[in-house]
Amino acid sequence: MAEIQNFTMNFGPQHPAAHGVLRLILEMDGEVIQHADPHVGLLHRGTEKLAESKPYNQSIGYMDRLDYTSMMCNEHSYVLAIEKLLGVAPPIRAQYIRVMFDEITRLLNHLMWLGAHGLDIGAMTMFLYCFREREDLMDCYEAVSGTRMHATYYRPGGVYRDLPDSMPQYQASKWRKQKDVDRLNEVREGSLLDFIDAFTEKFPGCVDQYETLLTDNRIWKQRTVNIAVVSPERALNLGFTGPMLRGSGIEWDLRKKQPYEVYDRMDFDIPVGTNGDCYDRYLVRVEEMRQSNRIIKQCIDWLRDNPGPVMLDDHKIAPPKRVEMKDDMESLIHHFKLFTEGFSIPAGEAYAAIEHPKGEFGVYMISDGANKPYRVKIRAAGFAHLASMSEMVVGHMLADVVAVIGTQDIVFGEVDR
Amino acid sequence: MTINIETMAARIAARFAEKLKRVESTCGELTYEVARDDLVEVATTLRDDEEFRFEQLMDVCGVDYLTYGVGEWTTYSATDSGFSRGVEREPVILDEADTFDPRRFAVVYHLLSLANNVRVRLRVFPGDENPPFLPSVVDIWNSANWFEREAFDLFGILFEGHPDLRRILTDYGFIGHPFRKDFPLIGNVEVTYDADKGRVVYQPVSIEPRTAVPRVIRDDNRYAEALKDGSSDG
Repeated sequence: MAEIQNFTMNFGPQHPAAHGVLRLILEMDGEVIQHADPHVGLLHRGTEKLAESKPYNQSIGYMDRLDYTSMMCNEHSYVLAIEKLLGVAPPIRAQYIRVMFDEITRLLNHLMWLGAHGLDIGAMTMFLYCFREREDLMDCYEAVSGTRMHATYYRPGGVYRDLPDSMPQYQASKWRKQKDVDRLNEVREGSLLDFIDAFTEKFPGCVDQYETLLTDNRIWKQRTVNIAVVSPERALNLGFTGPMLRGSGIEWDLRKKQPYEVYDRMDFDIPVGTNGDCYDRYLVRVEEMRQSNRIIKQCIDWLRDNPGPVMLDDHKIAPPKRVEMKDDMESLIHHFKLFTEGFSIPAGEAYAAIEHPKGEFGVYMISDGANKPYRVKIRAAGFAHLASMSEMVVGHMLADVVAVIGTQDIVFGEVDR
Repeated sequence: MTINIETMAARIAARFAEKLKRVESTCGELTYEVARDDLVEVATTLRDDEEFRFEQLMDVCGVDYLTYGVGEWTTYSATDSGFSRGVEREPVILDEADTFDPRRFAVVYHLLSLANNVRVRLRVFPGDENPPFLPSVVDIWNSANWFEREAFDLFGILFEGHPDLRRILTDYGFIGHPFRKDFPLIGNVEVTYDADKGRVVYQPVSIEPRTAVPRVIRDDNRYAEALKDGSSDG
């Protein structure tokens, strides 16, 4: 009798379902996975080493490029670490703006995840629906920072600038009729807050739309229910955080448990799963989108009523205004020093973690008193999640690997750093 | 239940006494130094004991303290040649030494207790051997698997008992440990496409390192404890 051997299959790194550059070496018995060995690092850029070679402020832009679907959250953790070492806290309005944009970022990330996850396992429409809403949120990024993705908006001591009073508007062109332009501009007449407000009004309806397509969908359930079940004990031991941990039924959310900024003033719930399978993690993330929407609404209300500074008035950290520099020698010197040398941070070490859309995103920073960090370590949630890939897919079919990559919400910018 | 970090510090002091040496923190975090030989025992107790219950290992981070506290530029003394932005480069130190400074490498573990809602940081110095090595904690927290591979890849620290200690982030066939402080930022090799050979080849780097902003260490009085006023809201 011929001996039947397992065979080894290569998956990626150029595969539409690999979410970037994941290479998997799969040992298969027929169509059943026996072992999976993820090869990562194909997007390794040495972000941490680069950050160690630059003044503190110049690395914020690198943080955007880690998890490039939740840009501002990455920045947030980095500036929190700096603020922790400096012993400063941003003005209250800046904290509200940060919370609001963290939640907008969470929506951006979860929409990207839902679209891509749907696309991977056969729900093409989701991708189009999700990108429709992402477009609006990208516009918020653009209005506030000037760029649609890599914002560099959070700064040590606050945020770069206050929310704008007007939204950029579409112009009629050869390709876009006046009628369509008017429709698009309808919500763009007021300020950025009005625009976000209009978005939060319509967004729950959009989530309902996604849910009618997926939640009770037989095909969706066949692809996700009981796939890659992780018990709570294993989830803890494997270092899971965020929706991956909550999907396994552990109620843990840094926004509630170790609140930073003004999350302790926000009213929202933490959804948890019961079975720890892909379907539960899907439900958890969808509910998180609804909760984020609630938080954004609360921030809008507060921000409308409470104008104020969005940056610390400490020019050793935050640059002075242009206007002040025209006739104030002190400001000119501060500006010059900040942009040629940067600021020094007292020696010490700090770990600042936030509830990133993907889980706990932490920045561990060691300073030796210089104007550059001595060591920056980025703790990316996706890195710990991907490490459990083998355990999650063993015994499942090849097609389920794609569902697991989707449910882990892997983005290689942060895994490879 | 949330417990105060001082409560946790008291519990740790009562249980481990001299084994865990507390390091002062400027921002209210618990940091301890552990000896290499005690690591596994301490880690197991921290995870299992009812008092501690550090269920999660959040992060394992390698650190190279080679140039800690060394600035590239000093402006304290007068000079007759003027200041230059250019930074003098030390030649690359090879990793062939028999021994290292015992405080050169460190591995930092970040633990999180969900039950007590408290974090603890452990720092272990692997000693002076080349290559440096530590016992692995993979069996205690499985999440250490890839984190230790990363520390091995980037710093060349070995973890005894790790089931699969391979490089993880760097290229296949990479030489050196890039996050060591004596490894140049621009690297040692670059890849180009060689039209004659019809494949991608490695060659020594052709670019020059450039430092736009030198590393300076300033004694900043604003952070001196004695001068801090009580109004600071940090």
